[in-house]
Amino acid sequence: MSKVRKLEEAVAMIPDGAVLMIGGFMGVGTPPHLIDELLRQGKRDLTVIANDTARPTVGIGRLVSAKAVRKVIASHIGTNSETQRQMIAGETVVELVPQGTLAERVRAGGFGLGGVLTPTGVGTVVEEGKQRIELDGTVYLLETALKADFALIAAKRADYLGNLEYALTARNFNPLMAMAAETVIAEAEDIVPVGVIPPDSVVTPNVLVDCLVAKERRHG
Amino acid sequence: MDEKTLIAKRVALELRPGNLVNLGIGLPTMVAAHLPAGVNVFFQSENGIVGMAPVPEPGAENEDLSDAGGSPIGAVPGAASFDSAMSFGLIRGGHLDVTVLGGLQIDEEGRLANWMVPGKMVPGMGGAMDLVSGAKRVIVAMQHSAKGTPKIVKRCELPLTSVRRVDLIVTELAVIEPTDKGLVLREVAPGVTVADVLAQTGAELIVPSAVPTMPVAV
Repeated sequence: MSKVRKLEEAVAMIPDGAVLMIGGFMGVGTPPHLIDELLRQGKRDLTVIANDTARPTVGIGRLVSAKAVRKVIASHIGTNSETQRQMIAGETVVELVPQGTLAERVRAGGFGLGGVLTPTGVGTVVEEGKQRIELDGTVYLLETALKADFALIAAKRADYLGNLEYALTARNFNPLMAMAAETVIAEAEDIVPVGVIPPDSVVTPNVLVDCLVAKERRHG
Repeated sequence: MDEKTLIAKRVALELRPGNLVNLGIGLPTMVAAHLPAGVNVFFQSENGIVGMAPVPEPGAENEDLSDAGGSPIGAVPGAASFDSAMSFGLIRGGHLDVTVLGGLQIDEEGRLANWMVPGKMVPGMGGAMDLVSGAKRVIVAMQHSAKGTPKIVKRCELPLTSVRRVDLIVTELAVIEPTDKGLVLREVAPGVTVADVLAQTGAELIVPSAVPTMPVAV
């Protein structure tokens, strides 16, 4: 059965205050039409888990600029002066997480793990409030799993069942986030008939995807 | 030659054929343009590729192929792309031979601070903490001082990136190796004296009897 839904119907499932994981790295691999529609529907008080907030006019940065975000969990906000301003002014809560730790916390959430042990951050401010565990002479921090209500995923190609393929560096956090959310909404550049994507090329299996955003017609 | 080019050229001499190398944004990125002849390495970009290269020609950009700053890149034949967990598995799992990063401060124990200035700059650590914790070799490429203030100091006042001791510091004045005995002055830049380096360093340096000049043609 086709999982294709109209863009506005897909985004209408997301309530104000929802916890969203959004794929992308500096906007590359962030689903552009889903961001447009979140803004158009005026969503508020979102928690966004993502690698970064890009720039004020790009990708996730647009949600921040529109003050749709209450909390950001990200590894980097240095390219977005508005996120920094909102953080310093106390308007938006920003939790900074080392990038590799963020990837593993999302992965743990999707893989049924309570968390991971990482040496990253030991002895730094990242350690504050966390449990330190020593194993075989190495000190690790216990970093807990992250989960979300919705994952907003950008893919290169989908089939009508929801099998997903990604392109180059636009892959980044997308396949991890597609595992870690209650509801997964994917936006693909192209949607092809079932069977066109070879099984070995599928990165995100269709069972993970709840909803595919319909494409605009290109040929009139 | 300007100071940054000198630093990039000296850092490039540390790379060995076949190394997997991650270059930070800014000055470290310049290292790629100064590889010695015959040294072929693979550059990793932490957003998910091994085999990063410059865009082959203007107009040949691909929107789905970018570096960690979001700028367009190319890829060498034999490149591979992957997700962020794999990318940091390469970094943290001991598969990355060399990381080259910029620095704000380094202390006498060789500990690096490079991700925030409280009250002024809160960019976030991005991949820096994982890179310093996990790479086999950490090289800091930075200018020796910031507006006349030494960046090599007794103890970092800025928040640390990692407690791991970095392996080498390359500046426009010197090459310094942090060791368990302290910071050892290994080389001076062409035209620079040991006294010059000491005068611009805020930490104690161990000075061996012979300190050669950087083997970089000026």
